[in-house]
Amino acid sequence: MVNLSKTAAIVGVAESDEIGIVPDKSALMLHMEAARNAIADAGLTKDDVDGFFTAGYWNYDVAEYLGINPRYTDSTSVGGSSFVIHVAHAIAAINAGYCEVALITHGQMGRSARAPYGRDPNLPAAQYDSPYGIIGPPVNYAMAASRYMHQYGEERTRQALAEIAVSTRKWAQMNPKAMMRDPMTFEDYHNSRWIARPFHLLDCCLVTDAGAAVVVTSAERAKTLPKAPVYVLGAAEHHDHSLIHQMPDLTVTPAAITGPRALAMAGVTHSDIDLTMIYDSFTYTVLATLESLGFCGPGEGPDFLANQRSAPGGDWPLNTSGGGLSYTHPGMYGIFLIVEAVRQLRGETGDRQIKDPKLSLVNGTGGLLSSTGTIILGVD
Amino acid sequence: MADYKLPLPTKQPESDFYWEKAQAHELWLRKCNACGDAYFYPRNICPKCYSNHVSWIQASGKGTLHAYSIVERGPIPPFRDAVPYVAALIDLEEGPRMPTNLVGVEFDDEHIKIGMPVEVTFDDVTDEVTLAKFKPTS
Repeated sequence: MVNLSKTAAIVGVAESDEIGIVPDKSALMLHMEAARNAIADAGLTKDDVDGFFTAGYWNYDVAEYLGINPRYTDSTSVGGSSFVIHVAHAIAAINAGYCEVALITHGQMGRSARAPYGRDPNLPAAQYDSPYGIIGPPVNYAMAASRYMHQYGEERTRQALAEIAVSTRKWAQMNPKAMMRDPMTFEDYHNSRWIARPFHLLDCCLVTDAGAAVVVTSAERAKTLPKAPVYVLGAAEHHDHSLIHQMPDLTVTPAAITGPRALAMAGVTHSDIDLTMIYDSFTYTVLATLESLGFCGPGEGPDFLANQRSAPGGDWPLNTSGGGLSYTHPGMYGIFLIVEAVRQLRGETGDRQIKDPKLSLVNGTGGLLSSTGTIILGVD
Repeated sequence: MADYKLPLPTKQPESDFYWEKAQAHELWLRKCNACGDAYFYPRNICPKCYSNHVSWIQASGKGTLHAYSIVERGPIPPFRDAVPYVAALIDLEEGPRMPTNLVGVEFDDEHIKIGMPVEVTFDDVTDEVTLAKFKPTS
């Protein structure tokens, strides 16, 4: 297999003009704002874009709205991890010559949409899950978390979930775009109301309106653009189920495949990573994912995370934007992980900037712990 | 039962038998004659080996609790009035894991234990639909 490490780079990232609660916009408008901002961030124009990637809507619906007519189109749609996987596909397409400038967009009115966002009643979920109220991420992920607690101990698991919620809020307090910026104590976490046990409210991500976009181009072209290229050094994707009862092991996500593969492609190891961005749909998603990625062994996450190691000033910075838990989460949050990783690697994140990061691991998770995309990003 | 407000299954050709048997208060699974794998949910082709030599077998209805959540906030409006309820995954004696509700038990962590033995019980939610649910083995 040809190793495509460092053959392409992320050159533009942006959110939509506003994120959070934005009831006066549409989802496609959020795509467009983010696209315009990311293309400008890259120092390119709309007419440079010849590859188009999105998820959640059909590509031609979004591309038409954006006024983009691509010669390469990819609608890989595996939940919130899709946009991370789009980066993997973009580097392949760029190397194959199918396109040179790839635009990946996302926009979702998770909070204020005027029409529901439904699923096909012909799918198995409608027969076997929905009648039992096994609907939506909180109930499904909560069942997975119950299994982890059973296997590895309830108290230490609970402490790990609290560490993640609290450390993530500390980062959000330094992000002016974050929705939840009030301080959160461990007591606040433990006292928040139940949603689906074992999840408290503060185990669950936000539901917001937001868009984001990412521009990828060849390493060669990237060097001609105004900002320092953020190279894609490694990339991998995997999914191993859709419905939670089909998940091989409720405590191991597909990151067990994509983490090692992406790191191997990049030729780096866990200890080389300066910034870890893990999709935090729930606190538990982070716990299960960091173990699956191989940062520590199965069941060792609670020890790994102890004493606010992932908080500002800690030695394992995690989700420095404030994550889906406290910054924003419109529904398919994965692209925002990339936005933050790129900004950190460029040194653009102000108060929350970590010191001189060179390497970031980004892991998106989609569906019901169903799919992951892992990319390794780096700067010279 | 016309006032039943929770979602009902949209039956498919491959699952008509499953739902007919549920109405008769029986739990049936698909089992592959070629590779021997019993699986849930019903498909006419074995997802493990792609054989179409698959049978229906009646499950014993016995299993163990694999994972659960006591749901305190309903995920969609009809379930807002149905809380609390217990979402559960059951490891059936025959091998497959299936989603269900745990019933016939007090909804707290003292009474619900992962690994506890459970057995099927049938809930005739409408004249056309019966749902297989599970309760602690008596």
